[in-house]
Amino acid sequence: MNTIAYFKERFDQLQPSDDQGGLDRLREHAFKAFSNMGIPGTKHEEWKYTRVAGLFNKEFQLPADPLTGSISSADLDKFRLPGHALANELVFINGFYSFSLSRIHSPGLDVIALEEAANNGYHDLVTQWLGDSSLYLKDGINALNTAFVHGAVFIHVAKGQHIEHPLYIYHVTDARSVNILSQPRSLMFVNEQAQVQVVENYGTLGTNESFTNQVMEIIVENGARLEYYKIQNDGSNTNQVSTTHIRQIGKSFTHAVTISLNGGLVRNNLNVILDAKNCEAHLYGLYFQSGHSHIDNHTIVDNIKPNCLSNELYKGILNDNATGVFNGKIFVRQLAQKTNAYQSNKNILLSDSSSVNTKPQLEIFADDVKCTHGCTVGRLNEEGLFYLQSRGISEKTARNLLLSAYASDILEQVKPEALRVYVEKLINHRLEKDLS
Amino acid sequence: MLTIQNLHAGIEGKKILNGINLEIKPGEVHAIMGPNGSGKSTLASVLAGRSDYEVLEGTVEFLGKDLLGLSPEHRAAEGLFLAFQYPVEIPGLNTVNFIKTAVNELRKYRGEAPLDAVTFLKRMKEKMALVNIEQTLLSRSLNEGFSGGEKKRNEVFQMAMLEPRLAILDETDSGLDIDAIRIVSNGVNKLRKKDNAILVVTHYQRLLDYIVPDYVHVLYNGRIVKSGPKELALELEERGYDFIKNENTVEVA
Repeated sequence: MNTIAYFKERFDQLQPSDDQGGLDRLREHAFKAFSNMGIPGTKHEEWKYTRVAGLFNKEFQLPADPLTGSISSADLDKFRLPGHALANELVFINGFYSFSLSRIHSPGLDVIALEEAANNGYHDLVTQWLGDSSLYLKDGINALNTAFVHGAVFIHVAKGQHIEHPLYIYHVTDARSVNILSQPRSLMFVNEQAQVQVVENYGTLGTNESFTNQVMEIIVENGARLEYYKIQNDGSNTNQVSTTHIRQIGKSFTHAVTISLNGGLVRNNLNVILDAKNCEAHLYGLYFQSGHSHIDNHTIVDNIKPNCLSNELYKGILNDNATGVFNGKIFVRQLAQKTNAYQSNKNILLSDSSSVNTKPQLEIFADDVKCTHGCTVGRLNEEGLFYLQSRGISEKTARNLLLSAYASDILEQVKPEALRVYVEKLINHRLEKDLS
Repeated sequence: MLTIQNLHAGIEGKKILNGINLEIKPGEVHAIMGPNGSGKSTLASVLAGRSDYEVLEGTVEFLGKDLLGLSPEHRAAEGLFLAFQYPVEIPGLNTVNFIKTAVNELRKYRGEAPLDAVTFLKRMKEKMALVNIEQTLLSRSLNEGFSGGEKKRNEVFQMAMLEPRLAILDETDSGLDIDAIRIVSNGVNKLRKKDNAILVVTHYQRLLDYIVPDYVHVLYNGRIVKSGPKELALELEERGYDFIKNENTVEVA
């Protein structure tokens, strides 16, 4: 069992950073917060249906250093996404940035160790924005990641640069010999008028349990455009709390798609902070879970400034004993007049023992806003099934067609074609397998 | 081709069909007419195999097979087609892909190789011309946002592509204006052949001006109470269903 005492011991072993104390202070502060809050139990409102505390009953090892050399480029091949030959690749092994496996080549895209960034030209940005997510995620899990910020990266997209090839981020966990807790951390700054596509992907080697507690914070400047994709298709021995925190500090555009197809316990936190006038944000999610997997999507859209638009659509398919959670918060602050915020969550339950808890949550403090939200939980459309069967299509094929059709409007939001084709294949494969 | 004997059926414990007898031969067009609630759509649904209907008694033989023992998809593969009264909208399912899947599943059932893309497209173009349907409609999601007339034309287009032996048209005229009825009927008429048959289920006589039946049957309280030549439809139009109801009051009560 991983107790607070275990983490205290590991925390004390951390070497001080060479950055004039900035990161050390942040870690120190976060560790105190973690010690006070502990691992959230089901009494914590935001963790009511996701029993993350149960995971800590198992013995995980939190590696102190990257296992340099234990993972080769060939090991990485099984996790590589299509289009990788051209893409920029950023690799984390057990939560640590691997310089040797990463390959960043697009002009205007800069990836450096966070501690180095904090020491050099990016000191102010790191100081200002690292830890921004903790303003929204007040729990021991977020604090635990920050307490162990080490081997993290800073990603910078230069002003006016349209990064031609996407940035693929691979989070690889080596669970071949023991259970591993990994805590990748990154901070990204998308400068004015820049454009970039980011794809995060997760893979585990070995059959021991893994628990990835990840935080990525992204700051989006005026005129910038961010496309962000998260693809989760790891084994049932893998667990995740995956936080993506985006703050738009100038009139900008973000498009975030979260595809969750497998895993043990998966919790995604997606925060989009609309902190400038005329921002636009699109949040899409598709989850398709079977077995005993658990998927939890917690989203926050915080409208701080006026005239922002956000559109959110999450769709789920749950089979077998899978469980799902959707919690979508929309805040509209007092200054955020003329906000347009839309949210919808739809679920199909394929089995009697699958379930989902869905909860939209709107907190509106401005008076001139347009907000809608809605959620549905249902079964596969029987009328549609009969229609297809009456045309000679077998029940199994008809189910596949209906579920693919259901998923299609989210898949359309995966803009890079190679990636979309890849995800479609994963889903079709799953449909074949799950519905046979 | 189709022989229905003493068919009793219902839904959710409510009995609707009370002993239907009907024989349809290749090349024939039969019309089933009747007032609302007489069991017309139930008959169509039971024949196509909708699972929420329960068959209580009787037999249906289709091309020598026990139809009631087959799944909906196998009924289709054996050559049965139901044009829906309310075609289902399926967002995200491309119409052409859907039809291609259906055509090839039927071919698979019959032990034929799937159509290659070129042959499929060629056949599609032919049938599109036959039933007067545009490419733009087919490149959209199945029936999504289609007008009433477009949906019914799409049904007839599917019928053309699947080439059934027996097509059941369930209230195909409902919700259509006279121009749409003419277009849809023309499509159906072009598909009439010596070896296939059509069963038209309708409330009104007007559809039968365009799809002219060989026989007209009047359904009332779940039974065929009157059969006759096409002129029977005109008589019903003139006198309304009341004379049928009055004639049958004694029996029903």
